[in-house]
Amino acid sequence: MAGLHKSDIPNPVLNWIDSRLPIITMMQKEYGVFPTPKNFNYFWNFGALATVNLVIMIITGIFLAMNYQPNTTLAFDSVQHIMRDVNYGWLIRYVHQNGASMFFIVVYIHIFRGLYYGSYKAPRELLWMLGVVILLLMMATAFMGYVLPWGQMSYWGATVITNLFSAFPGVGHAIVTLLWGGFSVDNPTLNRFFSLHYLLPFVLVGVVFLHVAALHIVGSNNPLGIDVKSPQDTLPFHPYYTIKDSVGMCVYLIVFAALVFFAPNFLGDPNNFIPANPLQTPADIVPEWYFLPYYAILRSVPNKLLGVCMMFSSILVLFVLPWLDTSRVRSARFRPIYRQLIWLWVAAVIGLGVCGAHKPEGIWVVLSRICTLYYFLHFLVILPILGKLERPLPLPESISQPVTGGRGGGPVPSGAAAKSMEKA
Amino acid sequence: MADSSAATAAHHGHSADVTKRDFLQLVAGAGAVVGAGAIAWPLLDSMNPSKDVLALSSVDVELKPIEEGQGITIVWQGKPIFVRHRTAKEIKEAEDVQLSQLADPQTDAARVKAGHDQWIVLIGICTHLGCVPLGNKPTDPRGDWGGWFCPCHGSQYDTSGRVRHGPAPANLAVPPYAFETDSKIKVG
Repeated sequence: MAGLHKSDIPNPVLNWIDSRLPIITMMQKEYGVFPTPKNFNYFWNFGALATVNLVIMIITGIFLAMNYQPNTTLAFDSVQHIMRDVNYGWLIRYVHQNGASMFFIVVYIHIFRGLYYGSYKAPRELLWMLGVVILLLMMATAFMGYVLPWGQMSYWGATVITNLFSAFPGVGHAIVTLLWGGFSVDNPTLNRFFSLHYLLPFVLVGVVFLHVAALHIVGSNNPLGIDVKSPQDTLPFHPYYTIKDSVGMCVYLIVFAALVFFAPNFLGDPNNFIPANPLQTPADIVPEWYFLPYYAILRSVPNKLLGVCMMFSSILVLFVLPWLDTSRVRSARFRPIYRQLIWLWVAAVIGLGVCGAHKPEGIWVVLSRICTLYYFLHFLVILPILGKLERPLPLPESISQPVTGGRGGGPVPSGAAAKSMEKA
Repeated sequence: MADSSAATAAHHGHSADVTKRDFLQLVAGAGAVVGAGAIAWPLLDSMNPSKDVLALSSVDVELKPIEEGQGITIVWQGKPIFVRHRTAKEIKEAEDVQLSQLADPQTDAARVKAGHDQWIVLIGICTHLGCVPLGNKPTDPRGDWGGWFCPCHGSQYDTSGRVRHGPAPANLAVPPYAFETDSKIKVG
């Protein structure tokens, strides 16, 4: 089907462009009039927030890279140079540093939204799996970024995480040597981590594009978890959800700014103010907060290989979640038992996070084992069985029905929507 | 609000509502532009010279070891600075030139410090395209006017660093400097 696209943009210059490259038509279709379920609550802000966060990270990162030196003798000092000498360097670095934490906060809530409202279920399985790929890429990027300041935690974090691969029988040590480019974490390691830390965010942009493209094929899920039945169930994305996302964005930016300006090192580790010393491991070694649950899983298993496998499985299990959950009802609102168990799972994850922050001794070992057990029990046993046993509540006829019908708590007065969420 | 807009709408058709919406759009748009500017500024300013670069803004030069007829090159803000101890003949040549013969007319007195006319201090960067001219060392080619010769495109400068020939449009620049003692200058 060759030939010009029939554009209906009135402006002649834009029309000329749009006839040859219909990006304006595409934006109109995907972000202007895009039919979106009309009952979103504020949990549906977090995808947009994550996108904005990624952009913030890339922009601040590019400016940091202009002043950073990826060399073991210069890296630590160049970060101090950024903090003290470069104009607004402190601001750019603190935004980047706390932006990583904000990114994980936003993405973890985004994932919880998916779990609670069953967004991973058919037909959104691939959309969900692309999301898990995004999470893995984010984790790799965050880990390598944390190494760059070349403080004590950077160095020993890099040592411990790369040594995870030594658990694999036979080839383990060869893999670790390959990752290091030497026989310990050293200059070649720092160089390649910097290179990859710069590359991976752009890979992330690509996968995010696929994630969004897949979303625009299957359409958004919604708090009721039922399919859109008629145009009456939807609103055009603009202005309704551009505005709703903007409101969420303001709250997000307030939290972000509060961290950056009032507690920029609240989530950091004081050990990273000490330059890397390959001869001295810090007494308390913990990863950044967003890795604590996985760290706790790793430490809860007394076998090296098994611990590493369990840690990786805790993410990989999400890939098969669409097939582990046998219930065909998406939203937890209509699943009385799942609605409670999902909070138990959240408690287990938070419990793992707390355990990860403590030394692995006494009660913390026991607790982290219980939480690890429940984490996997939830996905591998409870979800497959629960779908068969649980008796879901009757689903509404359509998205519009709970609004126009007798049941209150529709999306139009936002207070009412929030209340029905709390009840749920 | 609804009443008043309905009342005006009755008078002017839909214009009242359109005006209010236009106003809100303009305010929101202006707010977004100001916000984007406020975000862009720290990022752009981070590309300006940092504090440690600015701290390198002055250099002291000891003049005693420089013999008559000899020049040295020092570095100030990453740029070569020519400090040349001119001979009496070179000074006379520089002073005797008619201003009408110069492409960029300037007296020699305007390019040296009063009472120190044996010392010429120049930024050693050709005003054509930024090469470093030859001639600071007595063994270098100095061109027909005995000053400096740029190997890139053949510009020639006299003993006062004024352009006499070639594509360069202006004289070699004189950096800001001052005599701290008779034998010591501070550049910058």
